[in-house]
Amino acid sequence: MPNMNPKKTEMPAQAPDIRAHNFDEVATGYSVEMAMGEAERCLHCKTRPCVEGCPVNVQIPDFIAAIAKGEFEQAYQIIHETNALPAVCGRVCPQETQCESKCVRGIKTEPVGIGRLERFAADWHLAHTEQLPTPAAPNGKKVAIVGAGPAGLSCAGSLAARGFDVTIYEALHVAGGVLMYGIPEFRLPKAIVRREIENLRAMGVHIVTDYVIGRTSTVDELLEEEHYDAIFLGTGAGLPSFMRVPGENLNGVYSANEYLTRINLMGAYRENSPTPIMHAEHVAVVGGGNVAMDAARCALRLGAKSVTIVYRRGEAELPARAEEVHHAKEEGIIFKLLTAPVEVVGEEGWVKGLKCVQMELGEPDASGRRRPVPVEGSEFVVPCDCVIVAIGTTPNPLIRMTTPGLETNKKGCLIVRDESTGLTTRDSIYAGGDAVTGAATVILAMGAGKAAAQAITEQLIG
Amino acid sequence: MFTILSKDRLAPSITRMRILAPHIAKKARAGQFVILRAAPDGERIPLTIAETDTAEGSVTIIFQEVGESTMTLGEKNVGEALEDFVGPMGHPSNIEGVKRACVIGGGLGTAIAYPTAKALHEQGAKVDIIAGFRNQELIMLSDEMAAVSDDLVICTDDGSNGRKGLVTQFLKEKLDAGVQYDAVYAIGPVIMMKFVAQTTKPYGVRTIVSMNSTMIDGTGMCGGCRLTVGGETKFACVDGPEFDGHLVDFDEAMRRGAMYKKQEQAARERHVCRLTGEVR
Repeated sequence: MPNMNPKKTEMPAQAPDIRAHNFDEVATGYSVEMAMGEAERCLHCKTRPCVEGCPVNVQIPDFIAAIAKGEFEQAYQIIHETNALPAVCGRVCPQETQCESKCVRGIKTEPVGIGRLERFAADWHLAHTEQLPTPAAPNGKKVAIVGAGPAGLSCAGSLAARGFDVTIYEALHVAGGVLMYGIPEFRLPKAIVRREIENLRAMGVHIVTDYVIGRTSTVDELLEEEHYDAIFLGTGAGLPSFMRVPGENLNGVYSANEYLTRINLMGAYRENSPTPIMHAEHVAVVGGGNVAMDAARCALRLGAKSVTIVYRRGEAELPARAEEVHHAKEEGIIFKLLTAPVEVVGEEGWVKGLKCVQMELGEPDASGRRRPVPVEGSEFVVPCDCVIVAIGTTPNPLIRMTTPGLETNKKGCLIVRDESTGLTTRDSIYAGGDAVTGAATVILAMGAGKAAAQAITEQLIG
Repeated sequence: MFTILSKDRLAPSITRMRILAPHIAKKARAGQFVILRAAPDGERIPLTIAETDTAEGSVTIIFQEVGESTMTLGEKNVGEALEDFVGPMGHPSNIEGVKRACVIGGGLGTAIAYPTAKALHEQGAKVDIIAGFRNQELIMLSDEMAAVSDDLVICTDDGSNGRKGLVTQFLKEKLDAGVQYDAVYAIGPVIMMKFVAQTTKPYGVRTIVSMNSTMIDGTGMCGGCRLTVGGETKFACVDGPEFDGHLVDFDEAMRRGAMYKKQEQAARERHVCRLTGEVR
């Protein structure tokens, strides 16, 4: 008889007033009892709609059944068959719009806590297994992967498991991409990312850091001089968009990319870090996605007295994961919704405030969401000494500019001939993740990396 | 990898190092830069490439020990390796078609002006170099500059080398004397580049400046190096580092360059304390 509790087993977390002052992980994870109890909530329906909702098709009811039986390592192995980074996905996937949105339990009550169970199984594995994976028998084919973010890591894992000789080229000094520079420690501990990357190395994947494709070498040099049989481009969407309003270059205005990179990648939140960061008193964050939530919550942890999210649409349109919005509110982040910035106000070159205008919802726009329109004469200033711009990112043009024949759309995203393979407009060059879709989620990028690995296998091995 | 092959001092607190980095040496051209980290957990610092040797696979950097990170770099010795060394970043100097040029270096900027002068000289251009320093003790690369220039002026703020004056004075003399430059390249402190651009403007001479802004990744990811050029926001790392000097908002660049002044000062003091055991 399944556990018919209408609510998900609650996730234990650090108290909001404590965690707002540290960078330790917010959600502390299920105990064995909690996990087994939550696993009992799964009805094991025949149609398995949750699996369809997962971009990498994790066999969800199977791993949940293993947890219910107390077979935690087996649960991990089931997830790992289709997902290269279980501990990461259990933490950062937007389950409410994917697997959990399809859960039959979710029709009348809360869905099964699939993400929380995935995290439990992955953490169990990390805590109880020292053993690293071993390399597969070589198949004699060489593949280069550009970018060590979620798409590239996922593609590398799939290829290495099939015996390909895989080398990842990464521009930064560490592998992990957005998992290292973007998502903060309190949401995704970096030790977990490092461990997942160690697993890939153990599988035989070579990772070359400090190597910028498009500068240090080009894609064509990899093909002609290094003799790779295929290339996967997982270069992400790393170029920050700015608001294009007056005052945006004042001291104290950051792109969320810069702010988060200083904190997460360079460790600027640690005392006496060689990389500096501004410890602002009052911070305004522009945007409503996960990145905006991450930046706002980092600012709070760096000691800000007030942090305000400024977002031009309404609560229902916030693109961030529901859990992040919930956590941010609990921590005391102020939400100014239906509010759009019009100018960064400065004094002697430094930020003094963010001038905004109130918005109201008008007719639906192309995206189907009601378009926000400014209310005349409603300007007001949010006083602040720091503004963080988190309104999105676009793909870096470096690869496109240095690779003849590689076509992009007008947003700068690489064009793929077939989404299911990721084959670009150049033969033997594949792409996936944010470089193709524009800024999206970790799991979609991983799904694309995996699909490309399948297509590369078919091309090179048959 | 990234082993230090040689290290010598060009002037007080100014050090030159040859770093083993064959991939970068093969690709780098005058005007491009690298980003390095001297130690684990260190800051990423951009440095313009001073020279490359493709046969040896080395890249030469010249830096001034002004902050914590450059001090840490300066403490590294021959045979040791840098933690990270990546590049070449940015666009090379635009020297195409230039037959007559004036290259201006200020202080440490001379180290970066030199490769551009050399590249111009090698393509057959007639090159004048004007290099300015605070005093005679700080003068560097005079033999190297002499070898790639048709006329070399080395001046000092205090006149201790016998030639007192600012680089702009000597530049103006040349312009007034009717020298027709295809381009003037100015590399040095932002304030110097600002005044060079002001000096050349009435003469309508194309003036190129090299903006060494604060940045993290050097590939367009952080946007910290943004500056206003002709009313538009540009990134020094991917759009530059060289820009039209008549269009750059130098005042904004100077202000942005001072964003972390307080933190940098504190870090420098901490570092000096660790080295000397002194309490400051």
